[in-house]
Amino acid sequence: MASPRMSSRASAYSALLPAFIVLAVVYIGSTVWTMWMSLTGSRMLPNNNFVGLRNYEILFSNDRWITSVHNLAFFGVLFVAISLALGFLLAVAIDQKVRSEDSWRSVYLYPYSMSFVVTGLVWQWLLNPTLGIQKLVRDMGFETFTFDWIAHAETVLYCLVIAGVWHAAGLVMAIMLAGLRGVDEDIWKAARVDGLPTWRVYASVVTPMLGASFATAGVLLSTSVVRLYDLSVAMTRGGPGIASEVPAKFVMDHLFERANISLATAAATSMLITVIAVVAPYMYWRTRVAARGRA
Amino acid sequence: MSLQSEVDIRDVSVRFGNVQVLEKLNLKIAPSEFIVLLGPSGCGKSTLLNAIAGLLDVSDGQMWIGGRNVTWEEPKDRGIAMVFQSYALYPRMSVKKNMSFGLEVAGTPRAEIEARVAEAAQMLKLTPLLERKPAALSGGQRQRVAIGRALVRKVGVYLFDEPLSNLDAQLRAELRVEIKRLHARLGATMIYVTHDQIEALTLADRIAVMQGGVIQQLAAPKDIYRRPVNRFVASFVGSPAMNFIAGRVEAGLFFHAGDYRIPLAGYAFAGAPAAGAATLGIRPEHVLAGHEAGPDAIAAKVEMVEPMGADTLIWSRLPDGASLSIRHAADAAVREGDTLPVSFPADALSVFDDTPAGARL
Repeated sequence: MASPRMSSRASAYSALLPAFIVLAVVYIGSTVWTMWMSLTGSRMLPNNNFVGLRNYEILFSNDRWITSVHNLAFFGVLFVAISLALGFLLAVAIDQKVRSEDSWRSVYLYPYSMSFVVTGLVWQWLLNPTLGIQKLVRDMGFETFTFDWIAHAETVLYCLVIAGVWHAAGLVMAIMLAGLRGVDEDIWKAARVDGLPTWRVYASVVTPMLGASFATAGVLLSTSVVRLYDLSVAMTRGGPGIASEVPAKFVMDHLFERANISLATAAATSMLITVIAVVAPYMYWRTRVAARGRA
Repeated sequence: MSLQSEVDIRDVSVRFGNVQVLEKLNLKIAPSEFIVLLGPSGCGKSTLLNAIAGLLDVSDGQMWIGGRNVTWEEPKDRGIAMVFQSYALYPRMSVKKNMSFGLEVAGTPRAEIEARVAEAAQMLKLTPLLERKPAALSGGQRQRVAIGRALVRKVGVYLFDEPLSNLDAQLRAELRVEIKRLHARLGATMIYVTHDQIEALTLADRIAVMQGGVIQQLAAPKDIYRRPVNRFVASFVGSPAMNFIAGRVEAGLFFHAGDYRIPLAGYAFAGAPAAGAATLGIRPEHVLAGHEAGPDAIAAKVEMVEPMGADTLIWSRLPDGASLSIRHAADAAVREGDTLPVSFPADALSVFDDTPAGARL
């Protein structure tokens, strides 16, 4: 070696090399391979027989897939909206200088420390008509009380939303509370001198200041929507019928149970394209805003 | 805009838990007076202002504004408006909305709001900025918006909580003049909190110098400067600070320190002059130096010379070791190591007793 020491540039690259390899092989490589598989006729084992877009035609005429996508959209909108609203209200409640604030914060944040599988199981028991809330209330003497949403195709998605919101609202609360605490004390004083009622200050002054907090919480919630799998599996196994199927579950089932790799990868690729279609304009907008902020 | 209210603070105490911040404080402010509350941080001046605004509950006593007992009224019903150090603008609202929002919520007729905002904007030269958001304004402009938001409330008392402390020196001087002009134009009562003595001396009709939750002296700026009632006021007001020399007052009306004597004939004692330990105070610009010093001069040794442009500050030491700063003409040919004759004119002195408070003799 000409020089006993590598240049700092070379040593930096060699230190980063393992991470680059992991990124290239695991993320980009697997993604490209998945896309390629969706264009082949692979069944139980992967093969390279190119079949064009046939798998996508099959996919989008598949009732179960269409239902899964609809379910995800329905769940996603309700889950994100309710979690944001509830988390914000919880943060506002805690912001009223309540006593033992730390304990309340922990209590609300606690569900987030549990996995979706545990959350799903717990709520499956609670919502099960013969075990959970319905039985409890009936045992207290209200014989006609009915709460069996989880057993009906039209209402089962609301059950997923309830469990999801219970899981995520605490996290939203923590993010929002941090935002609320960042509001200058003097703004509250100025608002009092101006004679603004408290709710009006939250609605017209503070909430518009929390744009970044809402965006952060919204992005975090959205990623858990796309990933949604374990909650559905643990609570309902996609049922009743296919009423609570979701795309990720469709992919897993076709990969490992139905031995249809090409259809599963077509579904996975469709999910990826959808996410990119949503995120790309947002990223573009963010860079525009950042550029304008620097100017 | 000619509302004027008197403010009467009667035996007001404020406690936070066991900490007594203000105790039985009395302060009567005449209509259209400009009062400055001056003191170091932690002296209770901001607490007092917040109590007047109603942002802080008093533990005891009464607060009267405009002839009404407002001790337990909400800030919005007290007939006050307030300007904060951090501006406290509503960041997502335009300048115009910042000024009009409180009135809108209060249900003021739209035409009236428009008129008041336009008037305040014109007075504060904000008219071209009305559609901007606070983030697009400079610090000075933001504080003018905050003042505008206070003006549109059309009240009898305006409260200022260190409004210029976040601005750089030049803007501070500009806005100071503007506030003074505003007071002349509105004639409203103004209560202004600051730790900056220049602001206090330039703006106030009367200054209340506070320390430890107590008003030490309440007087016109000139009296505060010339006749401080105790050593705290003397040392807090004035820059560079007043010189203090420890010694004794002697019956023959001399001040004896080390082996030199300073004649006190002509000094206006507060009571009958009594002999005893005391501290003599003299401001740097009142020291007579060089050929002005006269025949009974004391020889001071020059340690450092600071030319400040308009004048020169000379740091020197008296024969007994006491340090003495002298404000001298800029063209003085004084150098380090020189011996400078100095003398102290009796009518410019302050003499304090040797109690911890150091009351004026």
